[in-house]
Amino acid sequence: MSYFVQLVVDGLATGSIYGALALAIVLVNRSTGMINFSQGALAVLSTFVAYAVVQAGGPLLLGLVVAVAFGVVLGAVLERLVVRRFEGGDPNTAVVATIGLLVLVSGIAGAIWSYDPRAFPSLFPNETLALGGVFVSVRSLGTTAVLVAVMVALQLLFRATKLGLAMRAVADNPGSSALSGLPVSRLLMLGWGIAAGLGAVAGVLVAPQLFISPTMLDFTLVYALAAAILGGLDSPLGAVVAGWFIGVVENLAGAYVDVIGNDLKIAVPFAAMIVVLVLRPQGLFGRRTVVRV
Amino acid sequence: MSLLELQDVTASYGQGSVLHGISLSLAEHGATGILGANGAGKTTTLRAISGTVRTTGRILFDGRDISGLGPDRTARLGIAHVPEGRGTLPQLSVRENLLVGAYQRRDRKQIATDVDYCLDLFPQLQQRIASHAAALSGGEQQMLAVARAFMAKPRLMLLDEASLGLAPSTARHVYEAVRRLRRETGLSMLVVEQNAVLAFSVVEHVTVLETGRVTVEGRTDELMGMDSVRRAYLGG
Ligand SMILES: Nc1ncnc2c1ncn2[C@@H]1O[C@H](COP(=O)(O)OP(=O)(O)OP(=O)(O)O)[C@@H](O)[C@H]1O
Ligand SMILES: [Mg+2]
Repeated sequence: MSYFVQLVVDGLATGSIYGALALAIVLVNRSTGMINFSQGALAVLSTFVAYAVVQAGGPLLLGLVVAVAFGVVLGAVLERLVVRRFEGGDPNTAVVATIGLLVLVSGIAGAIWSYDPRAFPSLFPNETLALGGVFVSVRSLGTTAVLVAVMVALQLLFRATKLGLAMRAVADNPGSSALSGLPVSRLLMLGWGIAAGLGAVAGVLVAPQLFISPTMLDFTLVYALAAAILGGLDSPLGAVVAGWFIGVVENLAGAYVDVIGNDLKIAVPFAAMIVVLVLRPQGLFGRRTVVRV
Repeated sequence: MSLLELQDVTASYGQGSVLHGISLSLAEHGATGILGANGAGKTTTLRAISGTVRTTGRILFDGRDISGLGPDRTARLGIAHVPEGRGTLPQLSVRENLLVGAYQRRDRKQIATDVDYCLDLFPQLQQRIASHAAALSGGEQQMLAVARAFMAKPRLMLLDEASLGLAPSTARHVYEAVRRLRRETGLSMLVVEQNAVLAFSVVEHVTVLETGRVTVEGRTDELMGMDSVRRAYLGG
């Protein structure tokens, strides 16, 4: 029994990481209507900025702050200079453009810091608590707490603020939003900026565990995309819960179903995703879209 | 001084121009109808004013040249464009659509009063207040589009074929509300319509466009008396 609980707790811990990146994906989707495949790469580049601050002798917390600021600016600038050209056009082209960004940004990180994984300090002490026979790392608790705080903040932003409403309006129909005086261009930049800042937080949280390298988040991004879609693509709560769900299912299946083992583990979340989407096409928490022509 | 004045305005979507030197003026609190056949340039004229098409010539709003300003800028100056084909935000609820309309305003209390006013103007929207705009009927969407534009507390409303695709009774209903809006708020309007009877119910001046040029203009009662206009736009 305690082995099972341990697997669930570990699954929730990894799921928190998927959820964090999924939140960034949801944010971009909510504010610009796109899916950004370069979300992971932007997060890694920002995390390297935190790494550089630490290398230069700065405290990690300062590194985090600088990384988030860097992420916000990077996201906003990329939206303005690159993504803008593809918005309002063919969505497939836009997706390919973000994949191009993924390759470019990873390449830049690789050129500067090489592809060798490096150790990265943790914001939280590397300790483990024993709670009734189950071991929980302080790191996982910290990561989960940060994730939940960010999720609540995003939910509030979208649901309870004028800025959030404006961002959703622009994602829905930029041309129509402009007619109500919304500063469409700035809102689009802001959406990408906040998302990339959020990605920087996710990167700094996982880097101690994964070791920092340009490809650090490649697998995480795949899971995060699955979580974002499973959660309904427009729901912060959905992204986080789906992240946890995927983390737990992956861990349990890997441990209990012999044929799956470690190699096939990665396929599990997708099998789960397909099953859920067949049953509930709008995702776990997505609102059913009514299309009327 | 007139609220809006177009002087020799041309507009193009890339290749050749589709407006060839349009001039018109609208007095504060006035309402002018723009009539014309399909493709005459009615929509483009409204788009020139709100800044969603490239133009030359002068467009004066309240004495200030607004040509070249984008739609968000003209909206902030007090021009509310209800575009052809309904301008709603489909994924947002009816209430959220109205609040987006009020985006530039800071007077929270008055915004709440104006939401109530819109719901009084269009009681159907009251029952759908929490629905996605996408789930509304065509008529309800048109009502929402007008209401959303009103929420900006504009000085000028540009209304583009609000009757398009609606059942005649629904279209009349929308225009009754627009007339009431004018009467109660003194809002200035440019009203583009295929259905001249509906347009005439709201406006006191009319401009007729033909292939990007103004061919006839005058007071509604004068135009009613002109055979050519009666035949073309009022069914004899
Ligand atoms: N987006 C566009 N790109 C290119 N040409 C356009 C575009 N929109 C309109 N036009 C052209 O501009 C001219 C004027 O069109 P406009 O839409 O202003 O006419 P309209 O009077 O509103 O017609 P309708 O009654 O059919 O709405 C037409 O010849 C049309 O083909
Ligand atoms: Mg038109």
